[in-house]
Amino acid sequence: MMQSATHLLLLLVVLTDFAVLGTSRLSACIRWIAFQGAVLGVLSLLVGGDLAWNAWLLAAGTIIVKAILLPAFLRWAIREASIRRDVEPLVGYLASMLLGGAALGVSFGVAVSMPATVRNALLVPVALVTLIIGLIVLMTRVKAITQVIGYLMLENGVYLFGITLARRVPYLIEAGVLLDVFVGVFIMGIVVFHINREFDSISAANLSTLRES
Amino acid sequence: MSGVTEPLLVAVPIAGAVLAYAIRASSWRSAVLVTIAVFHSAIVVLLWRQSPAPIDGRWIDLDDLGLIVLSVASAVFLSVAVYAAAYLRSNTPRGGRVFVSCLLVFLGTTSLVALSQQLALLWVGLEGTTLSLAPLIYSRHDRPSLEAVWKYLVLSSVGIALALLAVFLLADAQAADAGARTLLLTDLTSRATLLDPWWLRAAYIFALVGFGTKMGLAPLHTWKPDAYGEAPSLVGGLLAGTLTTCAFLGVARFTQIATAAGLDQFVRPLLIAAGVLSLVIAAAFIIGQSDVKRMLAYSSVEHMGLLVLGLGVGGVGAYGSVLHMLNNGLVKGALFLAVGNLVLAAGTAVAADMRGMRMVRPATALLVLAGLFAISGSPPFGLFVSEFAIIDGTLQQNHPWIAIITIGLLTLIFVGLARMIIAILYAPRPEPLDASAPERERPPFVIAPAFLMAIVLLLGIYIPPSLQAALARAAATLGGHSP
Repeated sequence: MMQSATHLLLLLVVLTDFAVLGTSRLSACIRWIAFQGAVLGVLSLLVGGDLAWNAWLLAAGTIIVKAILLPAFLRWAIREASIRRDVEPLVGYLASMLLGGAALGVSFGVAVSMPATVRNALLVPVALVTLIIGLIVLMTRVKAITQVIGYLMLENGVYLFGITLARRVPYLIEAGVLLDVFVGVFIMGIVVFHINREFDSISAANLSTLRES
Repeated sequence: MSGVTEPLLVAVPIAGAVLAYAIRASSWRSAVLVTIAVFHSAIVVLLWRQSPAPIDGRWIDLDDLGLIVLSVASAVFLSVAVYAAAYLRSNTPRGGRVFVSCLLVFLGTTSLVALSQQLALLWVGLEGTTLSLAPLIYSRHDRPSLEAVWKYLVLSSVGIALALLAVFLLADAQAADAGARTLLLTDLTSRATLLDPWWLRAAYIFALVGFGTKMGLAPLHTWKPDAYGEAPSLVGGLLAGTLTTCAFLGVARFTQIATAAGLDQFVRPLLIAAGVLSLVIAAAFIIGQSDVKRMLAYSSVEHMGLLVLGLGVGGVGAYGSVLHMLNNGLVKGALFLAVGNLVLAAGTAVAADMRGMRMVRPATALLVLAGLFAISGSPPFGLFVSEFAIIDGTLQQNHPWIAIITIGLLTLIFVGLARMIIAILYAPRPEPLDASAPERERPPFVIAPAFLMAIVLLLGIYIPPSLQAALARAAATLGGHSP
């Protein structure tokens, strides 16, 4: 029962990865990444198998930060900086999906060649594919705010790796990691806001005056 | 006193940051900044005087390598604080109160990195140092600094995320050893043979890429010239002197574990390759560079390369690497502050527009000239001793070609640096400096870098026995030995 629920949630994580990769609307991207954050929170409870009060606290913290606070903040940045609603990829959506498919293949390939550990066999490839798709979003999207979404997904991949470790990392540390991610995305959001005000567009492609002459 | 004082080094600066944010008068904020910097340095001096205690499993504790990193951080911060107090009297960066608070958070998180005996805690601290400097890079609030801070944030964040993955992979390597405490450095090194080598190798590669991005090793250095070029000089001093040293500590911690696990044959070629590539890139971009702060950034790429090269060759090289970490941190702090004076006086960092600065800022000019020789590894400065040890290490470990390439590249870099610095200091000025620049040099702007330069000079002539012993013990944990 527990096992099949875990598998279902992991499948949902992969689906949200592809949803972000394939969607053309910024608000939908943010909704998907928020949903992924909520799934991660539930997963941290299920996979840990430890229902002590601090496990609940960490799951709640994950959901509050990744599914509520950060998405709300990103929505605020879009509204205040009046960013256009589409994603503006450098690489087309079909090509992005194909890249994502390749990432999925590579992740499962790597996972097969890994030495066996005690943990859930599906976890490692799902964490890896989330990480790689996060990198793809980060590198192939023009807008600074989509790069923040890519970073969040990359961070989710690493986080998935962490909350489900065979050896539990102490809760205090997990909370510290969560806090750092929160502050990091917060600062990025503020910079995105300033970029838009300075350049009247939120495209990171404008950021190219500093280079070696 | 061990065990009680160490957490204070983290807690007091953080508390000071909150206090500074609450204070409205800018002179009192500066007073808080300098007081805490002095307090921090005093504690570090006390820590040097106590005899080393065994590490027993606390998360925050002091070992030899950590103490050396902490000393660099403390000395650089002390002079930056004195400099900043004077700077803030005549300049009001946008963001006001945040400026001092960010500096103090940086000090607290740097101490956390140096004191962490738990690798995930080290990661939390390093991410904190990264984030606390971001608002400072952007303190001019114009387009170039916006671009610089964006590149810094995106590249550093990706790097640091990969470093976190490395930490988690390391926890996986511990899976088979039920008796070990998770991610505790003592257990990782003393029970290293029980680690799973597959996961450990994977962890090491991600650690080198992740922490390497933060260090600014080529080819992951691209944020560096922009951030160093756009940040105020005193922030550049913290970036080049302290932040990169902390990131190097991350690489060194993973190297300690890999060495203890007997994986040195796996890690050494990686480190040597990263080191030589950084030297090549630095030399290529220093020749013909037109902006003095960007040139210092490439010089930082060079020295980061030397650090991992020394670690990679091992033996005396590892000893040289630890000593070089100390020397490089101090001299970078000094040079950024001194060059910052020239940039403030000239109103530009473009070398072609900075001429004859010797007439305008004589004391600073002397410091910059000394800094040029120090950073190029000339005697009698400390960097001569450490660079010599690194090159000696390559020869002793039978890498004559690497020694030859390194010496060749260092010579090229010296020529590039010297051409620009000499022109800035001594070339005749076409027209006199405009009247808006302050007339004379204010003492804090000279004393702060002179203090650091004096330590670098001292380290070239005499290494105190306690430091010598700490260097030897730190090198031993990295698979090296003292000469």
